[in-house]
Amino acid sequence: MNANDPAPCTLQRPQDDGARTSGRAGAHNDSARTPLERAQAGDVVLSVKGLVKRYGKTEVLRGLSFDIRRGECFGLLGPNGAGKTTTLRCCLGLVEPDGGEIMMVGEPVPKAAREARIRVGVVSQLDNLDPDFTVTENLRIYGNYFGIDRKTLDQRIPRLLEFAGLTAKATVSLRTLSGGMKRRLTLARAQINDPELLILDEPTTGLDPQARHLIWDGLRQLMKQGKTILLTTHFMDEAERLATRLAVIDHGALIASDTPRALIAAHVEPEVVEVYGDEAKAWADAYGRRIAERLELSGETAFCYARDPRPLLDDLATRQGLRYLHRPANLEDLFIKLTGRELRE
Amino acid sequence: MTMSFATKIMRAPSLSLRFVAVWRRNLLVWRKLAIASVLGNIADPLLYMLALGYGLGSFIGNVGGMPYIAFIGTGMVCQSAMFTASFEGMYSAFSRMHVQRTWEGIINAPIALDDVMLAEWIWTGSKAVLSTTAILGVIMVLGFGHTWLALWVLPLGFLVGLCFGAFGLVMNSLAPSYDFFTYFFTLVLTPMLLLSGVYFPVEQMPGWLALVANALPLKHAIDLARPLMTAEVPHNVLLHFAVLVAYAAVAYYAALVLTRRRLLK
Repeated sequence: MNANDPAPCTLQRPQDDGARTSGRAGAHNDSARTPLERAQAGDVVLSVKGLVKRYGKTEVLRGLSFDIRRGECFGLLGPNGAGKTTTLRCCLGLVEPDGGEIMMVGEPVPKAAREARIRVGVVSQLDNLDPDFTVTENLRIYGNYFGIDRKTLDQRIPRLLEFAGLTAKATVSLRTLSGGMKRRLTLARAQINDPELLILDEPTTGLDPQARHLIWDGLRQLMKQGKTILLTTHFMDEAERLATRLAVIDHGALIASDTPRALIAAHVEPEVVEVYGDEAKAWADAYGRRIAERLELSGETAFCYARDPRPLLDDLATRQGLRYLHRPANLEDLFIKLTGRELRE
Repeated sequence: MTMSFATKIMRAPSLSLRFVAVWRRNLLVWRKLAIASVLGNIADPLLYMLALGYGLGSFIGNVGGMPYIAFIGTGMVCQSAMFTASFEGMYSAFSRMHVQRTWEGIINAPIALDDVMLAEWIWTGSKAVLSTTAILGVIMVLGFGHTWLALWVLPLGFLVGLCFGAFGLVMNSLAPSYDFFTYFFTLVLTPMLLLSGVYFPVEQMPGWLALVANALPLKHAIDLARPLMTAEVPHNVLLHFAVLVAYAAVAYYAALVLTRRRLLK
C-alpha cells in the first residue's frame, strides 16, 4: 500500500452526487461544456483511431479506426478472433492498447476510463448478473457501483423493470429466470446510469428466436430514445435489422464500413440463387459457373450471384433433382465475401 | 502507451473509496445467509474446543498456566479467523471472479479492478472479524476470557483475516478451478495449524521446529491472542504486529499483481 505516493493513487470519494452520474447534468452537460470541449467531443460518441494491440508477437488489432455518432446503432462484425471483444475491452479501459487513441463520451481512454464508464452501459457476452440477489436487488446493487443515490434508483428501477418486462418478477430470485429474462435484465441493468452509449457484446447469443425478438424490440426502443449503441454480433440478420451503420473487421483491421444496404450494394451482386442437393456441385461445374456472375460452393450448396437471375432460374427450371431458392443478397453474403468461408476457431 | 505489460501490472495499488460499494455487496449477500454462516463459523471450532478441551483437557490439566479448554479456545479464535479468511479469499472470491463473473460486471461500471481487489481483501478481514466475534462469544459463555483486553482479539482477527485473505487471493489469482485450493490446505493451512501453537505450546517442539514456527504468521497471532484472553498485555506486541502486517501487505500486493495479470490482458 502506498497511500502517500501521489502519482498512481487516486484516493477519492465515491461519486455520490447523483447529478454527475446521471450523465445529463454536471460537468458533462453540453451547455456546461466550454466551446472547445464541445468541439472536441463533437457529435462523435466513440472515436477509435489507429488502435493497435499485441499479445506477444501476435497483433490482435492492427490500426483499427472507426467513429460512432450520436444516435447511431453501430454494428461491429467480424469472425471469431477478428478482435471485436479486444476492441470493446480497450474502449472500456480494461485493456491498455499498444497504440492508437480512444475518445469515449468525450473522455480519453484509458486515461479517464473511469469517468467515461460512468456514462456508458455494458452488456457482456456471458451472463454476469449477481445470482445471490433478486431481480430488483441486481439493479440496485449495480446502481451502487455508479454511486447513484437511492432516490434516483427508486425512480429508475420500476421503469427499467418495465422495460425488461420483469415487473412481475421484481422480487424473484435470479435462479428462477430463463435465459431470455436474464438477458433482458442485463440490458436493463446496463441502463441504470442512464448511459449515453450502450456497448453490447453479442447480446442475443444463445437465445431462442422468441427471446431474440424481445431483445431486438428493447434495442429499437432504445434507438427511438436516441441512445447510441455499439453492437457486436455473429448474427447477420441481427445486424441487418438493427444497425444503422456497421463495420466489418477481420484480423484486427477494418475491411469495410457503411450502412448495411450500401455495403451490400457496393460489394455483392443483388440477386442470389442457392442451389441444394447431391447434384448441386456437378451442376455448378457443368453449367452454374458459366451462367452466374459469381458462384461459390459450400458443402452441397452452390451460391450463385448475379445482377439478373433469370438465366439461372430458367436453367434450373429444366433440372430434375435440384432444389433452389432465389432471394435478394443480404449481409451474410457480404460478410462471407469479405471474410471468406473458412472456419475460424 | 509504451509501458510494458509487466510494468503496468506491477504499479502501486490505486486506492479509492469506491471499493466500499463492492464490500457492501458482499456484506448484503452475507446478511442473507448470516445464520447459516455464523453457525458454520461456530460449530466446528466449538466441537473441537469441547471435545479436546474437556476430553483431552481432563488428562493434561493446565497448559501454559491455564485450563486446556481456555488454551485451545484462544487457539481456535485465531484458527477460525485464518480459515474463514482463507476460504473467502479462495472459494468465494473464485466464485465471484470466475464462476459467476461478478467482477466482470463490476469493472464494467466505474470501478477498477484495484477497487474490487481492495474490497475483497477488506472483506476477508471483515469475515474473519465476524467469526472471531462468534468464537469469542462462545468462549465467554463457557466462562473464559472475561476481560476487556479480550476485545483486542477482534481487531487482531481482522489483521489475521487480511493476512490469510491475501494468501487466499494469491491462490485465487492462479487457480484454474476450485480443486487448486486443496494445495493451500495441505501445504499451508494444515502445517500452520499444527505448528503455530493452537493445540499445544510451541515450546514443546524441538528447537529447529520451533524456529520454523516462529516464521509462521499464525504463531504471532496466537502469541498476541493468548495473553489478551487471560487479561495480560502481550510481550513484543510490535514485533508480532509487524510480522502479521508484513505478511498481509506482501501477499496482498502479490495477489493484486497476479490478478491484474489474469484479468487485464
